[in-house]
Amino acid sequence: MRKTLSHRVFLASLLSACTLPVYAKGTGYLFISSEKDNNITVLDGKTYEVVKRIGTEARPRHLQFNADKTQIYAAAGDGNAIDVIDVAKLELVDRIGEIDDPELFDLSADGKTMYISLEEDGALGILNLDEYFAKREGKPDLKVAEAAPEGDSSEAEDDAADNAEEDDSSSKKKEDDALPGMTTVEVGEEPEGILVSPDGKTAYVTSEVANTVHVVDTASKEIKANIVVGNRPRRFALTPDQKELWVSNELSGSVSIIDPATHKLTETINFLPPSFRSEDVTPVGITLSKDGKTAVVALGRANHVAFVDVPSRKVTDYVLVGKRAWNTTLNKDDSLLFVVNGLSDDISIIDMKSRKVLKSVPIARVPHTVLVDD
Amino acid sequence: MISRFITLLLLISLVWAVPSYADDFTIGYLQLERDARYSKKQSFARYLLGSLGRPYAGAEVALQESKFHGSGIGATFKLELVKGKDSAALLSSIKEMNAKGVQFFLLDLPADAVNEIASATKGQNLLLFNVSAREDRLRQEQCQAHLLHIIPNYAMLSDALAQYLVFRKWKEILVLSGQSPDDVEFNQSFKRSAKRYGLDIDEDRPFVLGSDPRQRDQNNISLLTADADYDVIFVADTKGEFARGVPYASIKPQLVVGAEGLAAVAWHWAWERHGAPQLESRFEEKADRPMRDADWAAWMAVKAIAEAVQRTQSRDFAVLSKHLHSEELVLDGFKGNRLNFRPWDNQLRQPLLLATHNWVVERAPLDGFLHQTNNLDALGFDKPESKCKF
Repeated sequence: MRKTLSHRVFLASLLSACTLPVYAKGTGYLFISSEKDNNITVLDGKTYEVVKRIGTEARPRHLQFNADKTQIYAAAGDGNAIDVIDVAKLELVDRIGEIDDPELFDLSADGKTMYISLEEDGALGILNLDEYFAKREGKPDLKVAEAAPEGDSSEAEDDAADNAEEDDSSSKKKEDDALPGMTTVEVGEEPEGILVSPDGKTAYVTSEVANTVHVVDTASKEIKANIVVGNRPRRFALTPDQKELWVSNELSGSVSIIDPATHKLTETINFLPPSFRSEDVTPVGITLSKDGKTAVVALGRANHVAFVDVPSRKVTDYVLVGKRAWNTTLNKDDSLLFVVNGLSDDISIIDMKSRKVLKSVPIARVPHTVLVDD
Repeated sequence: MISRFITLLLLISLVWAVPSYADDFTIGYLQLERDARYSKKQSFARYLLGSLGRPYAGAEVALQESKFHGSGIGATFKLELVKGKDSAALLSSIKEMNAKGVQFFLLDLPADAVNEIASATKGQNLLLFNVSAREDRLRQEQCQAHLLHIIPNYAMLSDALAQYLVFRKWKEILVLSGQSPDDVEFNQSFKRSAKRYGLDIDEDRPFVLGSDPRQRDQNNISLLTADADYDVIFVADTKGEFARGVPYASIKPQLVVGAEGLAAVAWHWAWERHGAPQLESRFEEKADRPMRDADWAAWMAVKAIAEAVQRTQSRDFAVLSKHLHSEELVLDGFKGNRLNFRPWDNQLRQPLLLATHNWVVERAPLDGFLHQTNNLDALGFDKPESKCKF
């Protein structure tokens, strides 16, 4: 394995030496975060065998590549950090610490600004990465959280302990000022889903408890609009033509469609797989195909993903996957869909053409997000 | 001439009415100055169904979460806490506040006070939210159209517990029963659930607190649990003082449920799904203690009002009241399901947590216990059983 790895590293450096585009051919690997085993599982993209498990700070959740796909950022909620993974080395190489309970984030198109939903503070954090790294002295201690022991899964207890510890550190943090490069915008409690417009001018943030999408002007750092959507809004997807912003509403069992130009809610799509009741439908993950024609929505407790024909808004298929299907990811050519099943500790791999599950692969406890390096 | 005069009067009264409405949307919160349920002695018992303090902090957390709900109509939610000596004093406060435009009131009151206030305000333009009285009778004979119940009643708790016992096939029950009116009600409720779900109550033995040797057959747990054939012990004790001594003290090595051991609750700090740890930590920050059922109910009541304002974009009482009573209402209780009120008795439908002191073992309704329309109606009084007539 190591051989292939160094081979790949060699190949990558050779490619960059030839000044080919930075977007070198990916490793083909899948990266999946596990909230309870505190690691990122790396799977081979062909055999789906485990290549490596990369330990992180506690409770890694959202994962995202940097602009040239050489690094992965991982939000470690209980570790109050965003970890940085080197894709070529498959190693934890850096850490942005002292971020209170990060869950989801998004990056500007140039990869230089990170937009983070800060659940505990009820705020949107805007982090200038260049400024942060320039002002930071040395590398932080890259300690890795241990997997929680079997059977011990009381997160509330961990949280209580964390809070007790934080009492000192948070007051200290206030004295020392905030993180270098970080500014915050106050939004509703429990900000969750986050999406930055491709031009970087607007950040959209859902507030789970306010049933609202906040539209934030990233330059003035002011809220431009509050759009009331369904209950417990979770994730966003923007159509390629940028004319529609889709938001999943976990508790209403629906998707709201917003017109980003007018900040108006234009349509609502409801889901009901056969033989389920509407209260079982709890959509979270939402992904649009690159041609903008198909949307995939993971339906949570209903254990299905829904395929929506975007132009007609019709739900064309329901595909049975694992327990509590939530985050979804498409590969580069939109041929494969990866669905994370939070309560069955596995992922389902769906062939987009036949809309059949090809395989389900066990990952680790409470998997959260899949990234594909292709 | 007269009509013009009336128009003028109307105009003046309208202008006068505006300042009292202002931009605030005030929600009344009523409690008794002295409420035995929150006496230190009782919360010291720290039993699973009990309170660890007044639930007002729950309402405050909800207010903090509702910053944006009123923005569409330019309203800011406020709480007005009123402490009264008795129901009569609280009733006059309600009258005063109602005259100033307050139409939504949380009642953190014992059942009798809830009943007195609800009866006396019948037909008025206001809504009452019961956040801490679990008594079944408030949902049955004493129900009122303008009284909504957030806290689950005893029948819901015992149905959740019965589902779990049936699911585990622990069907032979020994009941140890207290004799206070609340204990009797809790016990009757369990018997109803036992019948509903097919549990066998082998024996019902009354207990008394104390150490009088002449009453040892009723105060000594070894004697109380001897000579009976059972799987679990159900303790009908709404104070917890007796119940907490039962685990590990029975003759047979049996589990204890009801008031101790395993209890059905509306909320538990160890519930970790559906965003619950975030709510719990917001509450603990405010109150410096874990959240319990009534705290959650006070939180949920304010959230329900805010939700109605946000969805209807209105502050008109009739519009809000209609939305709150409708099946279209979607409330997020951080327990996974969409919650709303049963039209037949105004009880909030909700999942319950089967919890020990430090863990949530299961969430009811359990898988496999189905209901023809909404599985949440498998807990508590279903429509055909309801004695409520509005």
